[in-house]
Amino acid sequence: MDLIIPTISQGLLWSLLAIGVYITFRVLDIADLTVEGSFPLGAAVAASCMLGGMNPVLSIFVAAFAGMLAGIVTGFLCTKLKIPALLAGILTMIALYSVNLHVMGKANLSLLNVETVFTMFGIPDVTLSNMVLVIGAAVVVFTGVLCYWFFGTEIGASIRATGCNPHMIRANGINTDITVILGLLISNALVAVSGALVAQANGFADVGMGVGTIVIGLASVIIGEVLFGTRSFKNCLISVILGSIVYRAVIAIVLQMGMPPNDLKLFTAILVAAALSMPLCQAKLKKRKVAQDA
Amino acid sequence: MLKIENIKKTFNPGTITEKVALRGVSLHLKPGDFVTVIGGNGAGKSTLMNAIAGTFKVDTGKIVIDGKDITKLPEHKRAKYIGRVFQDPMMGTAANMQIEENLAIASRRGQFPTLRWSAPEAQRTYFREQLKPLNLGLEDRLESKVGLLSGGQRQALTLLMATMVEPKLLLLDEHTAALDPKTAAQVLELTNNIVNSRKLTTLMITHNMRDALACGNRLIMLHEGKILIDVSGEEKKSLTIKDLLAMFEKAAGSELNSDALLLS
Repeated sequence: MDLIIPTISQGLLWSLLAIGVYITFRVLDIADLTVEGSFPLGAAVAASCMLGGMNPVLSIFVAAFAGMLAGIVTGFLCTKLKIPALLAGILTMIALYSVNLHVMGKANLSLLNVETVFTMFGIPDVTLSNMVLVIGAAVVVFTGVLCYWFFGTEIGASIRATGCNPHMIRANGINTDITVILGLLISNALVAVSGALVAQANGFADVGMGVGTIVIGLASVIIGEVLFGTRSFKNCLISVILGSIVYRAVIAIVLQMGMPPNDLKLFTAILVAAALSMPLCQAKLKKRKVAQDA
Repeated sequence: MLKIENIKKTFNPGTITEKVALRGVSLHLKPGDFVTVIGGNGAGKSTLMNAIAGTFKVDTGKIVIDGKDITKLPEHKRAKYIGRVFQDPMMGTAANMQIEENLAIASRRGQFPTLRWSAPEAQRTYFREQLKPLNLGLEDRLESKVGLLSGGQRQALTLLMATMVEPKLLLLDEHTAALDPKTAAQVLELTNNIVNSRKLTTLMITHNMRDALACGNRLIMLHEGKILIDVSGEEKKSLTIKDLLAMFEKAAGSELNSDALLLS
């Protein structure tokens, strides 16, 4: 019972990552592995800034800016230099590993003794875990509304159309190089903010904390889409956020049931592989059923 | 309106798959010209279209639209002057987006996108008015996703989108080829209505000789990357398929080898 609030809180903080992955994977139709590097980048930048005395809120904006730069690099590689998007993401991700070590100066930074966005208000009678829930929810609602607005504007619609049909949007006068870079920039900014918030909530930033983030993001996106629908862009955004929370709940449940934590990534990978293969399996089953009926 | 001067294009030069697609094509279109383009497989019809649209850069030559040299402009910058309908009905519209969202994008063709709301309520009446003449009932389905429409409906919508902002040049690349005969005839009729009523300068590729003769005021036939036949005005009006085949044999010194052209 006492796990419910931390589970929802973690789901909220990680849902920004899920929105970021949704923007690349679904909106732009690119599997962007940069997130594996931009998530710890956000954590590293925020942690270093805070240890240097910066306001924790401001440090999140600096983290977002760093994430944008990571997205621009991947975007530049795959549009201007024509490197396949998957490889471009991998290159940036690997490069960021070194960058993150430089930013932090070592592999791990503790934030236990500095003020974070979750402790800075210091309201009495409110526990830290409740504070994480409230602030997490506020940030997610704000980001969700911002994304909904942006992707409804002329520029946002151009980005959505780019992922759907680049020929069409070019024939209507939009430079698809720019829209792809813009999409990657926004996505990685959100991922970096997610990393910064997770680091502040968990009390540390670690160079290895990005491993498997793309799979966690995909799991959240797919779970959300299956359970909560994809009717409209607004619906998708809400689905992805809820998907992230459900994913955390599933993880909490299987851990409670006694699964060794070491098997967590294996479990997540199998979950995502199963979910991604579902359309094919459904089609095959349908075919078989039609054949039997005939 | 359109001036093409001696454009040449070779794909994969210096390799085993080298293909000379355009061997010096020159073409001048007057404002309001409606030109049909025919030719066998590999004659260079689509290459000519894509060269004008900017899908790739030509090796030599010059392309000028309405006095503006666009030879070096990238594809998306040429969109300001050119409206396009593709052979594949899937290519002209964004399937995951609503009809009104697609129309909103088309209504800004050639403009820089801003942070204004993309498909405002205020445009809806205008979109409905535009959709009504298509007679497809799309004016009542503004919020439907385009992916739910049939190939013919999507081509009609693409045609509307390509001409919504008046193009200096309309490029139609076998835009009825992927449709069933009845739908193809409807889309072609719609094309004639739009092009003739608004006197749009148009280049239309077709694989159908009858359509090529029936539509437009000028006909060109491409063969091995060059313009082989160019007829217009009264001469074109009286032309029959038989005449055209005879002209081809005389000019090319061989029989026309495209089954698709002969059978249709």
